[in-house]
Parts: sequence; C-alpha cells; structure tokens
Amino acid sequence: MGKPTGFKEYKRQTPVERPVEERITDFEEVYEPFPDAKLQRQAARCMNCGIPFCHIGCPLGNIIPEFNDLAYKGQWERAWEILSATNNFPEFTGRICPAPCEEACVLGINEPAVTIENIEKSIIEHAFKQGWVVPEPPESRTGKSIAIIGSGPSGLAAADQLNRAGHAVTVFERADRIGGLLRYGIPDFKLEKSIIDRRLEILAEEGIQFRTNAAIGTDVPVDELKGFDAVVLCCGSTEGRDLPILGRDLEGIHFAMDFLPQQNKLVAGDDVEEKISAKDKNVVVIGGGDTGSDCVGTAIRQGCKSVVNFELFPQPPLYRPSHQPWPYWPMKLRSSSSHREAGQDPRNYALLTKAFGGQVGHVASVTSVNVEFTRERQTGNSNMEEVPGTEKEWKADLVLLALGFSGPERDNVIRDLGVDLDERGNIKTGDNYQTNVENVFAAGDCHRGQSLIVWAISEGREAARCVDLHLMGESDLPSKGSEDLPRR
Amino acid sequence: MDKNDFIDEENGFCPSGFPDAQGLYDPQNEHDACGVGFICSLKGEKSHGIIKDALEILIRLTHRGASGSDPLTGDGAGILLQIPHNFYKRECEKTGIELPGEHEYGTGLVFLPQDEKQRDACKKIMEEAVAAEGQEFLGWRKVPTVNKFIGKTAKASEPDIWQIFIGRGKSVKGEREFDRMLYIIRKVAENRIFKSDMADKGDFYIPTLTCRIIIYKGLLLPEQMEGYYTDLLDPEFVSALALVHQRYSTNTFPAWKLAQPFHLMCHNGEINTARGNFNWMNARQGLFKSDLFGEDIERMFPVIQPGLSDSAQLDQAVELLYHTGRSLPHVMMMLIPEAWQNHKTMSPEKKAFYEYHSTLMEPWDGPASIPFTDGSCLGAILDRNGLRPSRYVVTKDGYVIMGSETGIVDIDPANVEYKGRLEPGRMFLVDMDAGRIIPDEEIKRQIATQQPYGEWVQENLVGLDDLPAEKDEAADMDSVLERQRMFGYTMEDQNHLIGPMAAKGMEPTAAMGVDTPLAVLSEKPQLLYNYFKQLFAQVTNPPLDAIREELVTSILTNIGSEQDLFLETPGHCRQLKVDQPILTNEAMRKIHAVDRDGLKPTTLPIIYKVAEGEDALRDALDKLCSDASEAIEAGYTLLVLSDRTAGKENAPIPAVLATAAVHHHLIKKMQRTRCGLVVESGEPREVHHFCLLFGFGAGAVNPYMVFENLEDMIRQESLPGINMRKATRNYIKAINKGMLKVMSKMGISTLHSYRGAQICEAIGINRDVINRYFTGTPSRIGGIGLDGIVREIEVRHKHAFPARRIPKTLKLDIGGVYKWRRNGEEHLLNPLAVAKLQESVRTDNLECFKEFSSIINDQNKHLCTLRGLFEFKKTRPSVPLREVEPWTEIVKRFKTGAMSYGSISQEAHETLAVAMNRIGGKSNSGEGGEDPDRFDPDINGDLRRSAIKQIASGRFGVTSNYLANADELQIKMAQGAKPGEGGQLPGHKVKPWIARTRHSTPYVTLISPPPHHDIYSIEDLSQLIHDLKNANPVARINVKLVSEVGVGTVAAGVAKGKAEVVLISGYDGGTGASPQSSIKHAGLPWELGLAETQQTLVLNNLRSRIRVEVDGKLLTGRDVAIACLLGAEEFGFATGPLMTLGCIMLRLCHLNTCSVGIATQDPELRRKFSGKPEYVISFFRFVAEELRQIMAELGFRSVDDMVGHSEHIDTAEALGHWKAKGLDFSGILQKPDVSPAIGTRCIDSQNHNLGGALDHKLISLAQYALRRCEPVEIDTEIRNVNRAVGAMLSYEISKRYGEEGLPEDTIKVNCEGSAGQSFGAFSAKGITFRIEGDANDYFGKGMSGAKLIIRPPEKASFVPEENILIGNVAFYGATKGEAYIRGLAGERFCVRNSGVQAVVEGIGDHGCEYMTGGNTIILGPTGRNFAAGMSGGIAYVLDEAGDFIQSRCNPEMVDFDPLDEDDIDYLRERIEKHHEYTGSTVAERVLGNWDESLEKFIKVIPVDYKRALALLASEQYAGE
Repeated sequence: MGKPTGFKEYKRQTPVERPVEERITDFEEVYEPFPDAKLQRQAARCMNCGIPFCHIGCPLGNIIPEFNDLAYKGQWERAWEILSATNNFPEFTGRICPAPCEEACVLGINEPAVTIENIEKSIIEHAFKQGWVVPEPPESRTGKSIAIIGSGPSGLAAADQLNRAGHAVTVFERADRIGGLLRYGIPDFKLEKSIIDRRLEILAEEGIQFRTNAAIGTDVPVDELKGFDAVVLCCGSTEGRDLPILGRDLEGIHFAMDFLPQQNKLVAGDDVEEKISAKDKNVVVIGGGDTGSDCVGTAIRQGCKSVVNFELFPQPPLYRPSHQPWPYWPMKLRSSSSHREAGQDPRNYALLTKAFGGQVGHVASVTSVNVEFTRERQTGNSNMEEVPGTEKEWKADLVLLALGFSGPERDNVIRDLGVDLDERGNIKTGDNYQTNVENVFAAGDCHRGQSLIVWAISEGREAARCVDLHLMGESDLPSKGSEDLPRR
Repeated sequence: MDKNDFIDEENGFCPSGFPDAQGLYDPQNEHDACGVGFICSLKGEKSHGIIKDALEILIRLTHRGASGSDPLTGDGAGILLQIPHNFYKRECEKTGIELPGEHEYGTGLVFLPQDEKQRDACKKIMEEAVAAEGQEFLGWRKVPTVNKFIGKTAKASEPDIWQIFIGRGKSVKGEREFDRMLYIIRKVAENRIFKSDMADKGDFYIPTLTCRIIIYKGLLLPEQMEGYYTDLLDPEFVSALALVHQRYSTNTFPAWKLAQPFHLMCHNGEINTARGNFNWMNARQGLFKSDLFGEDIERMFPVIQPGLSDSAQLDQAVELLYHTGRSLPHVMMMLIPEAWQNHKTMSPEKKAFYEYHSTLMEPWDGPASIPFTDGSCLGAILDRNGLRPSRYVVTKDGYVIMGSETGIVDIDPANVEYKGRLEPGRMFLVDMDAGRIIPDEEIKRQIATQQPYGEWVQENLVGLDDLPAEKDEAADMDSVLERQRMFGYTMEDQNHLIGPMAAKGMEPTAAMGVDTPLAVLSEKPQLLYNYFKQLFAQVTNPPLDAIREELVTSILTNIGSEQDLFLETPGHCRQLKVDQPILTNEAMRKIHAVDRDGLKPTTLPIIYKVAEGEDALRDALDKLCSDASEAIEAGYTLLVLSDRTAGKENAPIPAVLATAAVHHHLIKKMQRTRCGLVVESGEPREVHHFCLLFGFGAGAVNPYMVFENLEDMIRQESLPGINMRKATRNYIKAINKGMLKVMSKMGISTLHSYRGAQICEAIGINRDVINRYFTGTPSRIGGIGLDGIVREIEVRHKHAFPARRIPKTLKLDIGGVYKWRRNGEEHLLNPLAVAKLQESVRTDNLECFKEFSSIINDQNKHLCTLRGLFEFKKTRPSVPLREVEPWTEIVKRFKTGAMSYGSISQEAHETLAVAMNRIGGKSNSGEGGEDPDRFDPDINGDLRRSAIKQIASGRFGVTSNYLANADELQIKMAQGAKPGEGGQLPGHKVKPWIARTRHSTPYVTLISPPPHHDIYSIEDLSQLIHDLKNANPVARINVKLVSEVGVGTVAAGVAKGKAEVVLISGYDGGTGASPQSSIKHAGLPWELGLAETQQTLVLNNLRSRIRVEVDGKLLTGRDVAIACLLGAEEFGFATGPLMTLGCIMLRLCHLNTCSVGIATQDPELRRKFSGKPEYVISFFRFVAEELRQIMAELGFRSVDDMVGHSEHIDTAEALGHWKAKGLDFSGILQKPDVSPAIGTRCIDSQNHNLGGALDHKLISLAQYALRRCEPVEIDTEIRNVNRAVGAMLSYEISKRYGEEGLPEDTIKVNCEGSAGQSFGAFSAKGITFRIEGDANDYFGKGMSGAKLIIRPPEKASFVPEENILIGNVAFYGATKGEAYIRGLAGERFCVRNSGVQAVVEGIGDHGCEYMTGGNTIILGPTGRNFAAGMSGGIAYVLDEAGDFIQSRCNPEMVDFDPLDEDDIDYLRERIEKHHEYTGSTVAERVLGNWDESLEKFIKVIPVDYKRALALLASEQYAGE
C-alpha cells in the first residue's frame, strides 16, 4: 500500500492561502486549490503503519491509511467510498476540523505529519465534482419516525444515519436555515455555505424532512414530539459564557455569537437588523479560541481599525511539550489564517480582563492585567495570580466575548421534556445515549459539552446506532468502536 | 542420587514402554534417529568374522546413538543376520528340537512377558497360529541372555526372550511362499494378542520370523550386544551378511521393541508423511482381493498397526508389498521413489514406472537411508534429497561395508577396491550369487521394464489438458457482494492477500509477528481453517528448500480410483492427472463434464439449512458421508464437494470440515482409495486454507470466489495493469509456491504424499469434532464444537443477507488482522499499549508502566492469549516484598531476542547490548555475525558485545573468533514467526558494514537455507552441539525451538544431545520479514510448548540437567510469572525492548523504511533513532518489579523456588467467554507425578566428554606456537570417533590472536586414518591439517582461515578421483582458508561458503549451494543442481563430459563466463598447489595439457556477484 519511501521523498505541503490583501476583501474560502498531482504526493507520505494512530486519533474512526493509499493511487471513487463509510460530511471536517488525526500521525513523531485533512477534503470534492455524491435513499422503510432537534453537525449526522437505516426522520431547527453552528457560527471564509446547501439538498432528496423556524416549545408544541418513535436532542451547547465585570453593561460589548451569525446572513444576502459592525473600530476580542479567531477574521473583513485578542492563559509552546507525548493531543501554539491577517499576531497572552471603560454608555476601553499561573505542589491545582503593576488600558470601540459555552440552554425543550442534566450542565445519558426520558436521546455538544465538529458528527452517528438498536432490537448501522485515544 | 531409581512402577512408569499420554505428553510424538551399517561378503561366504566386524561397526557408531539419564541403558541396538543353520541345529539338539534342513524351517526371537502365565498364553497363541496356517510347530528355545551388565532401566523392562521354530508345511512351495506363511502367522498372532486383555501384552513382540534371517536386538548399548546375546559369541554362528542399527531416541523411556533393525530393513531418518501413509495404506485394505493370504484376509488387518514409530510403519508397508510378490528393490522404488517429475535426464521407461506407480500409492516422504535385506539380496536406498549419509567400501578380498560413516571398520588401504557413497534417490544392491554390486541404473532398468508401464500410462492416465474445453459461464457479478460476505471476505483479504498475489505471483511478506487472538479467543467470526496450525520440522528432520532445491519437489497429483495393490494392470492407472491442484473455473467445468472409463464425476453439495442450526449441520455432514459412500458403490470415482448452491437459505459447510468428514468416513469404510475428492468452494483463499484442504484429503480445489473477487477488483480498477487471465495465473502461482513452502517446512517434497498427511495441530476445537471429522489430529486444549462452528457461520451469513441494507457502509469487513484497525480484530499491542509503554520508559515511571501492563494483562474484554485466561492461585502464605530477591538479580535471567545486525540498525543493536551488559542480562547477536570491535569495552565502561552468539542456518559471520567471544552459543533451529523457513537478505540491504560482519561480499544477496545443512536429524544436532562446545568450551550451548505439538520430545532429545539450555519460542515472536501465512498459521503459543517441554523433561528425568528458556511476546511481570510457573528459568524479550527504543509497530521491517531508525540500514533513517539503554533498563526493571510483587503475593522468595509450580495457576474463573468456555487447560497445568528425587529445574550440568578430545593433545603439543607463534609440526593417528578435530585448538588461537589468527603453517598437523565428523571445524588461521586417509561429513565446517589437505594413503591402489574421500556438507559456512582434496566429495560441497578457496576432484549434488563468496575449483564431475541459490564467489568446473551446463547446473542465479587473464592465473596457481600438496594425478594431467584443459573449464559466476563487484569498483559506492 502507498509508496513505501514516500515520506522520505516528499515534504509536507498544504494549500497556499490567498494573499492577505486580497482575501480580506471578501468572505470566500481562504485557501487556493491544491492540484491533484501534488495531493497524490502528499498521500504518498502515508507510511501504511501497522498501528495507524491517526485512525484512533480521529473521533470518527476515519479509515485514514486506506483512503490515503487510494488517493495516492488516484482511485478517488473507492477513496470516497471508504471515507463516506465513517464520515457523513467530509466536506465540513475537511475544512474546519483541527485534525487530531494529524497530531497522532506516526510520521509526526519526527517529521511533519501527513496532510490528512487536506486529503480528506480533496477526496470529497472530487466526489462532488464527478457527480458521485447522489441521493441514495434506503431500499425499504421501517415505519418508525424520529425527530431530531437541532440541525448542527451532530443532528445532521444522526438524521443521515437514521434515514439510511430506513426510519422517517424530521429535523427541527429553530433558525431560519438548516446547519446550526455550521451555518451561523463558522464564517464563510472558513466554510462557504454553498457547501452546506449542496449536502442538504441530497439529504432532503434522500427523504429527510427539514423544518426551520421550528423551535420546540414555541414554534412547535412539545407534544408534537410524542408522535415520534424517538427523539434525538442535538441542540448544541449554546449558553455563552459572560464576563460580568465592571462596565459590562456598556454598549458595544457583544457575544461573539451575536456578531458572527449576522455576517453569515449578510453574505447569504439577508438583511440584518441592529447590525454590529467592526468597520473603522478598534476591536477587542476576548477569548483566544477558534471563535475568537473567527471574530478576528470577520472584524478584519469588515474593515476594523485595529483588532486585538486577549487570552487568559500563557502562550503555549511552539512544539509538543514533553508531558503531552505523541500520540496525544498537545497544547501547542496553533495559528489560524485569521491570525495572519492582522498584520501582526493579534493575540496577547496571560491577560485578565479587569474592566470595561466607556463614554456615554458606550465602551471605549478595556483594562487588562497580566497574570501568572503557579502550580500547587500538594494538589496539583493551578493558581492564577495578577502581576502587580501590569495594568494596561486598550482602546476599544467594539468588544466581542468569545469565552466559550457553558452548556445547552435549559429553558426550552430540555425543561419541557424533563431531561436530566449532569453536573457539568450537559444532558445526561447512559452509554446508549438515551436520557432519563424513554425514547429521548441526546448527542453532540448538548451531551458532550462544547467540542470539535468531528466529535459532533461522531456523537450523532453513535447515537443513531443506539436509537436504531433501541427501536429495532438490532442494528447494522456502523459504530466506530470504543477505542478513542484518551485525552491527556 | 542414583538417577536410575526412577524406573519403578510406584512412580507411574510403565517398565516396558512409554508412559501413557498425560498432560501434554503424548508418546505419539516420539522420534528416533540413528546410525546404520552393514557388512557382507560379495560372494555370499558365511563367516563368524562378519558378525565380529558388524559389532565393531556398531561400537564405532556409538556417538550417533544416545543414552538417557541412565548411562548404561542405550536407546537400542540390534543386528540382522542370516540364519546360522548349523549353530541352531546344534543348539536345538540340546533341547530336543529336531530341525529340518536349511530354509526348511522358520525361526525368530520372540519377546514375551516375564509373567509366566501370560508368557505361556502368548506361546499358545503362536502355536495355534502356526497350526491354523498349516505349518508345523517345532518347539521353543530359551535364548541365552546375560543381563548382568545392562542398565537398570533396560533390566526393569527386559522381556523374556525365546526363540520359536516352525517347520515348513507340506503344501508350501518355495522359500518365498514359506516366508509369506510365516508373515501371516506373525500378523495373526500379533493381532490376537493385541486385541486380548492381557496385562503385559505390550511386551509381546516378534523381531523377525522368516526362514532366512534372524534379528537380535534390545535396549542395549552397542558394546553390550555380544555380552547380552551370548549366541553372537559362538564361532559356529556364521553369516554372509550383517546389518546393524544404533538408535537415538528423543526420550529415555525403555522400549525394547523399538530397537532396530525391523523385519526387512532398518531406517535412519524420519518419515514426515507417516500419518497420511498410515491412513492411506489401511484404507487400501478395502481393495485387497488377493488369495495369496488365504480366504479370510481380514485376519491380517490392520496391515499397518497404529501407535508404532514411523520406521516401524514403513517396515510394515515394505513387508506387505514384499509379500504381494514384488522384489524388495521394486518395493523400495514404490515407497521411496526418486524425484522423477522434474528430472531432465531420466529414461522414459523409468519415468513411466514411477508415474504408473504414483497411481498406486503415494511416496513415504522424508529423510531415509534404508538398508534392506530378505537374506538373499542385500541393498540400500537413499531418499530423493540425500539427507542421510551413506558411505561404502568394497574391498579387494570381497567384502562390502556400508554405514553412516566411513572408517567404521579398519581396512588396510591396500585392500580397498573402491570407495563410494549412496547418492540421492539411488539404490544399490549386492548380488551375492553373482558376487557383484548391481548399480542403480541396472537394477532400476530391469524393474522398470518388467511391464510396458509407458504404454499403460499413455493409454489410461488422462491429463486435464486432454479433456475437451467446456462452455464459459460468467459469474453473476451483481450478487458477488453477498457471496463475499457469506464466505467472510474482508478488505484485507483483497488488499493484503489476494490482490498482491494476483499482481505479483507471490505471497505477501509481513513483519513483527502476530499479536491477534487465537481463533478460539477471537470475537470475530473465524473461518474454521484458523483453528489449525501448521506443523514444521525441527531437529528430528530437516525442512527443505522448495526454491533452490525445486527439482525434488512436485505438486503434480493424480485423482481418481485406485485398485488392488496385489496386482499390476493397465487399468490401475486409469486416473486424472492434474499438473497443479488449484483448479480454474474452466478446469472445474471440465471435471464436471468428464465421462470416461474410470473417470465418473458426481457432485455432492456441502451446504446446510442455516435456519435450523447445529442439528442441520450435523445431519448434513452425515448425509454427505453416506452419499459419498453410495456414490462410490454406484461407480463414481470423482466426488466433487461443492458449495456453489449456498445462498440465502443454505449456508456453506466449512469446506475443510466437509472434506475431512468425507475423507475419514471413507477411510473407516475402506472406500477412500476408490475415489478422488475435488473441492469446489468459495471459502479457501489463503495458502493455509489450501494446505489444510489437501492435508485432509482433497485432490484438487477450485476456489471460485477468489476468481470472482479478482474480477470484482479488476472491475474496480484496484489491480492496474492486470487482466483476469494474468491475475488468475499469478494467484495460482502464488498459492502453489506457498504450498510448496508449507510442505517443505515439514520436509515433504511432494503434494502427493502431503495429501491426507494432516500436518497440522488443532487449537480450540473439542474432542468430539476432532475424533469424528478430523480423526488423529492433535487438539490439546479442547474448544468449540459444532455449535460454535455454526455460530460463526451464522454471523457471516447474517452479514451477507441482512434484514436491512444500509447505504454507505463498508462493503466488506475491515479485517484488521494484519494491521490494527478500529472494529477490526483485537491486537495485544493496541495503540494505547504502545503509547503507554513508550511514555513509561521515557519518563522512568513505574505507575505509567502499570497502566501499560494492565492493558496487556487485563484481557477480560479482549482475549488475546492463553495466559490471559489464567489467574494466580494462592496456596501458601505470602512473603514480604523485601524478602523477595531484588530486581537486579532477576534481570540476569532476562535476554533480548535474536535480532541480527542487518535486520536492525547498528544503533538499535548496540543499545540493546549495552543495556543488557549493564544489568547482567544477555543480548543476542542474531544471525549476522558481530564486529570484533565490539568485543572490548568502550572507554566509559560499556560493553557492546552480545553475550549470546547465534548460530543459524546461514552461518553468517560464524568464525572461531565469533564463537570464542560468547557466554552462550545459541543454535537457532526455528523461529517463531517462520518456523521451518529460511530467510533472505536482499543485496541492496547488504551494505559494506553489514557484509563485513557477515564475512560476505557487499550487495550480494544472502540466503539462509531452511535447514541447517549439518542438522538433518537429532544425532546431527548432538554433533553440532559437540562442535560448538569444542569451539568454545566455556560457553553454554542453547538450542532454540518453536512451540508445536511434540516439541517436548524434541527438547528431551536436545537434553540428551547435551545442550545446556533449551529455548521454547512462541509462534507469536517477531520477525523482520516472513510470508503472511507463516506468521499467522505456523507454530503454537509458548504456553503449550513450554508446559509440554517441562512435563516431558521431568518424566524423562532430564530436566535436572538442562535450563529451560521461553520467549514470545513476553511483556509484563505477569507474563514472566506464568512462564516461570509453567517451567521456565530464563526469559527472552524482543518486541517489548524494541518498543522502548521507539518501535511503533509499523510492521514494515522488510522494507527498510523504519521511520524510527530501528529496522533499517538507511543512514538518513538511522539518524532518527532515539532509543537509549536507560529505556531498556527501565523496562526490565519494571517487569522484574511486577514479577516480585506477584512472587511476594504467591509466597516465593526466589525465581528458582517458583519454577514449574503450575499448581499456582488457576483457570476456573477465566472461561466465561462463549468460545473459550470449551477450553480445558488441565493438560497445560498438569504436574508430572514423580518422586521428589527427580529434579524439576536445572540443578546438574551436562557431561560433554571433552576430556578425550584429540585437540587436548594438539594443544599441548602446540604450546610454542600458541605462546610464541613458533612453528610446530605434529603427527597423529585419527579415527572416525575423533570428531570436531581442530575446533578447540582454534579456540585457543582465537582467544589469543582474535580474528587474525597465526601466520600460515604455524601449526602443522599430519593425520593418518579416517577423520571423524566435522574435521577442521572452525579452524583458525595458522593451522594446516594434512590427512592421509579419508574423512566424514562436515569437513572444514565454519573454517576460519586454516588450510586442509587430504589425500588417500600412499599405499592405496584405487584411483583417487573415482573414490569418495570426504563426506557431505563440506565447508558449510566457512569464511576463510584453503583446501585441497584429492578425490571426490559428497553432496552440498561448499554449501554457504563465503571465503574458502577449495580444490576438489569431483562432487555430489547441490554443489556450491547458497555460496556467497570464496572460490572452488572442481577438477571433475559434479552432481545435479550445482550453484542453486549461489549468490557470490566463483566456481571453476572442469567439464570433461560436456554435460555440466545442460543437465547439472542450476542456472537460475548464475552466468557462465569465459575465463579472463586473472582467472587463468588463479587456476594455474591453485592447481599447481593442489599438485604439490596432494600429488594429484588429475592436476598433473590438467597442467600437462594446460591449453586444452582451459577450454573445458566453465566459470560459474553469480549474476548478483558480478553486479556487486561492478558496484564496488565504481566510485559511487567506494566510500559507503
């Protein structure tokens, strides 16, 4: 399989980003296309390992060595077959997954890892281009009906799987379009929405019913769910973390999730009321994660005057630290395309936001202080201490809070169905994804807590199998097995 | 302690034979080997002197036999003589028996029970049998015996020995018919007594009963013979011939009757196919219609008795065929045919004879030197491979002396007429009437022309190609997926197995061993094939090299009905000839359609109603068997077992189950030989599958699903550039090659004899299924029954026909067997285990290691190993941890595995050595030599020298100096990942630095042959042990074996051969490169092999003098604890330490692309090596600490205390798994019930008898040379009992002067006489040996720089260049030196030579095989298959007959180049030296006609070697 000496002959190469000055003028995808010949060489770097740690590092259990080999040989159709057997939406993960597979790649022990994610994306784009991705409805129907609440990646994955198993699936989405975070959380420059639409068309033709503007409890009575043989909650972890400090009530301080969707709607051609714009503003983004980075990229495209990004924790090391050895997921410095668009890296580390300052009710500045972390010998707990004399004031006309999410919203369907939560505020289920309420299941961020898109799809797939098993007594829906690489 | 005390009944020993099967010990597994010899008068002149000489021969072969723990009890010795009429007449008169004239009466010794009542009962039965067959009972004579001097063991089991005399009945015409009557009497009496309920019936035995010959034998040492049987001392006891045999058995159990000779022959060697031959022969009984044996022929059955040794069974077949009226030579040609199929120059008559007889019976395949006689003719035959030595001398005064060695009788050189050897497949016969020796060609021509065999074959034997083509039927490709799933195809089957085979025509290679569960422990539905493991040859018989010695192999088979063995008619060969046994769909259609006289096919479906489960399967099998019987009665001769009709309703019956069921049913019904079995099944795909089908009786197999899969893959463009035709051809080629390899692992050369031979062991199948369908197959731990088999079929079937079809799922199962995959097969070394282990040693964190070991040990969820099912049982109080011996002591028992420098990088190899030397453990050099630079410590005190030096079949780098620098010398008989196979290091990997340590040429491919060419049998191993002990008297000798059924008895043989350590390797050990099927399907877990070894050694009272070591994926303290409790004292690790050095199980070692710098020679990748000795040390400390905790818990303070205490292992809790619940581990856990005086661990040392070595004399006379490099010259006499002469002297040189040795000719030794085996072994530079006389096998083995000169004695008058002077396998693995041989050498001259320059005047078959360097000049004829596997060096052959290139050389790897200037100069120089040293007249002639002679020289040079020389000459590689 593959080319035995490929990893010695070829260096790692990923697609080139479009020039910054060009790309910040639009919301189109950041990367240039990657030619097939180059991609096949990249796939040739796969070593066909006896233990492919990538395969265990991928929460979906993507069968990476097989599709790498087929991509290397240019057998795109078979590669796509293998890829689609474990991943409902490679066109999403191929763009926005942080690729834990590549961190676990064996070649990564002493060389840059195989570009698995880009190979994945290329395979699925080939499939779409060749017209192989066509509706494949199940041969027969079971007569069972299932409601999926939420149309993010986990909801869509669960819907897709259950529909394949022959059940009648309806997806309820409270927004006006299907897609959840994919639609309104991820900026277009990372995931153009036509990519979602193209997939949704197929899902619909395969027989999945989509109902938008259908918030359970408001638009749709909860009782309507009782007509389904099973309900799968995939409503996400959408309760944003706030920053209740001095000046929080000033205008111009917004949650990232109020800011980002607006831009997506604009790109989609919708009108937006009460538009939050970064144009000509000094923007401070608080929170150094992916959402923060998305805010940076969006703010730049909107024409902000300046943008800075605060991160509470110190700057992570450039390389894998020794206490997080291969093949585990390491905490190391990761930069996104947005970080490269600000002239200099907008991130400032070990910075605690102390207060917002303002004029006439509108935010004008943010005060920060440097912090240090010390580890307590006895407990191993980490303590944060402010460094005296390091207070600093930053100009700020727009502040975006990207501090993560604390769990699913509790005041709607969860309350109405009487579903129990766990101590972290996520929906509690057994190993079979079933909640305390008979026939009600949960998957994705609302179950696992905020996480990666691959985890969302993975949860959707695994939950679907459990639903099928629950309804039919047996299931031929695939499972990835129980062998995920633990976090360290 | 008197070791003999153990033989008493209180200890459970049966004094007259083997103990019953118990635990894992089974007497069926016993092996024996031996020395043989005979002497006869050419003119048939009887004398007592012949007997005296014969007994002397026996004594001189003593070293080929063995004794057990009781030094006075031999393994058995015997002598066959003509009946001394006058002597018996005289003796009988004393007891009142009146004998008629010579040959008018029959006689023989009879072994009888000591118990008087039983003895009389036996006598009575014999007398009745005599009367019933119309002969006259004359009387009993008590044979005088003196048992004062025999061993206690022998005495305790001694039978009461009488002699019966039977007069010839009136109606009997001639001696031949009388002998047949005596044979019938013997069979009838034996059968009656064996079927009786007599307590000591096992003691009853008739060594011989004829009117012409008599056998005296017993559990005796050679020198005890004439003292015990005083008859033999009587001068009136005369004979014109005497045949002697000295036995070496693998056990110490007393068995008087297993001494040889047997009735018509004796056998040195081993029949590998005995199980199949036994079944086939007895099945043929159903066809016997002869009236030669009277009306009730069944009183003679079974013609082959069960439970006898292979040799004894062969003897019974010989007897039967002899009594059908055939001559003994004819019988021998039938049973042990030459390799005729691929023989280019054999006469058509002889080929036709063999082809005709191949339709009558299959060969008895295996090493065999067989002297035979019926008292009037005396002859001998050698097997097709020539694997046993047989030398003979004809004297001028009219005697012929033949034996395993030369020099067994002192003969005045002037009296020698001719010296020869028996060649492979050849026979010779002494015609005492004509007073001459009839050569092979003449005997065989005469026999081959008795009948018009050629015409018969021509007219009746139909080839597949002769049948008309049938219409093509396309497969239904729409439903192919259903069938793929029904037969359990996986993605791996396509991508890793049949795809590569179809593309490349060979089985794919893999690395790092197997760590998936045994079939019986797997959660995945397994094909039934996976419950069987292939057996392989180790020690007691050699594996073959099916690639380089292809000419002896054949996969041609005949299928159809056999006929009565008593007749020879044209109709006998009315069968279908199949050139190779894997049938294409086209061929299958032909068979379905054939309709000819004698060839009538019928199809029997092998399917059952899947919905009805187990009962339906059982009923379907019953019906299948009865249908088969009926079909045969109805005249069908080709039964096609087909699962073509399987589908949604009917599941296929596992093809091997159906085949074995029908095969054994028909054997029991004695119908088996009346039909051929053809299997048409979608199931088989791997080499192993086909091997099992043939092993259980199939004659040909059509694997139609493989072809459908290939079509499917071609359609999907998965096989670029390959069309269906090519794919089919390649696939079949790969399977055929693979099967040949599997067969040759067992030393079997023809599919014809492999068929039905059941060369496998079941693991995980219960007794009911085995007894009923797989009769006679070993299966030692129980397992699943039909219910389990059904359950696995159902899983597959359901997958094929699911209730709902779900889009976008994997079409085929992922597999995950060869490479780890989620949802695939379980692996012991799963990703998390690897990650944890690496983390733990890098951070030196014991807690982290415990996480690793709990992944390995906790197999509740995923069962991988047998030991995973074990638990510890506390039977004594715990001890405090601090009282347990410290880890620093424990690790001294730890060793790292044998991994050659070459297979792994210098960095990895030296890191392991440094780590082990730091903690006092032992690292192993592997089989690649070692750089002498590593023999001295580094400045920092680290020592990079491997304590264990391995000696493997390739002998790479094995020099005197290498051997001298070792603490332990390990003889690798087999390797867990590929037992019975050789290896190959491709030229591109033989970098200059690798070549240097291997003493070979850079870039020249290095081939390790499958067998050690100096070990074809157990007595050969004992010889190599002796050689090595001489080469380094202070090193322990370790013999590495691989676990399989019977390994315990082999280990017992090894202990008797005086090894100090025996290593039992598990089948799961790692490898750098092996064929996939070997890794997966050959060998067994060490748990079984170790337990069997411990039990057998203890039962034999041999355990106390040998240490037992174990290896095979040992990873944790718990693994070590279990191994120790099962009997191991030392422990080997390889995969674990490699992982600590960074191995992440890429399993690509064979590709040189190891990305972590371990299994690679690529400088760029080697730089990535990040291992440190500290990591290895941490690992061993962790393992030892875990072990200590278990020891404390179980109450053991030291490892020694713990060895063999299997009662501390419990399995009760562990058998919850649905498949595992049928397992029964009582055999593994059994502790032999022996007296406390018997050692259960090593407490004694072996006695190597080195004191008498000739080298002591040489060393003391060479002191000046050794100390001061001053030249010395020594004269000495030499005899065949002086073995390995020169090895110890060379040790002294190497210790002092290292690799360099002494200046040329510093120590000159002149010998006169016959040199024993291994003369000049490992001789170092500076020694010059000059022999006047002759020499035996292994002349100059491993020579390391010495000079050997050998010539016939001055006064000998025979023509030297026509006489055999040295034996087989000369200069095996020699690295340096010169040799001049004035005369002929035997087979395999210069095998694997890599540096010796030799001149010889003619050689036998397989000359220069595997040679990698050095030069040979052959001034005369060579045998066949010259230069097979030759990758280096040059041979110059003087081809005066002009047939060398045409018919004697194997041209596969060599070119024939013209001589250039350098060649001519070299030849001249060497031949002149040859003349100077030996006085050779051949050299004189050649030099005298120099220009003419030059034209006749052929230069044989390997292509590889030429390329390498060119590479080395080019600048590009000069610096590398």
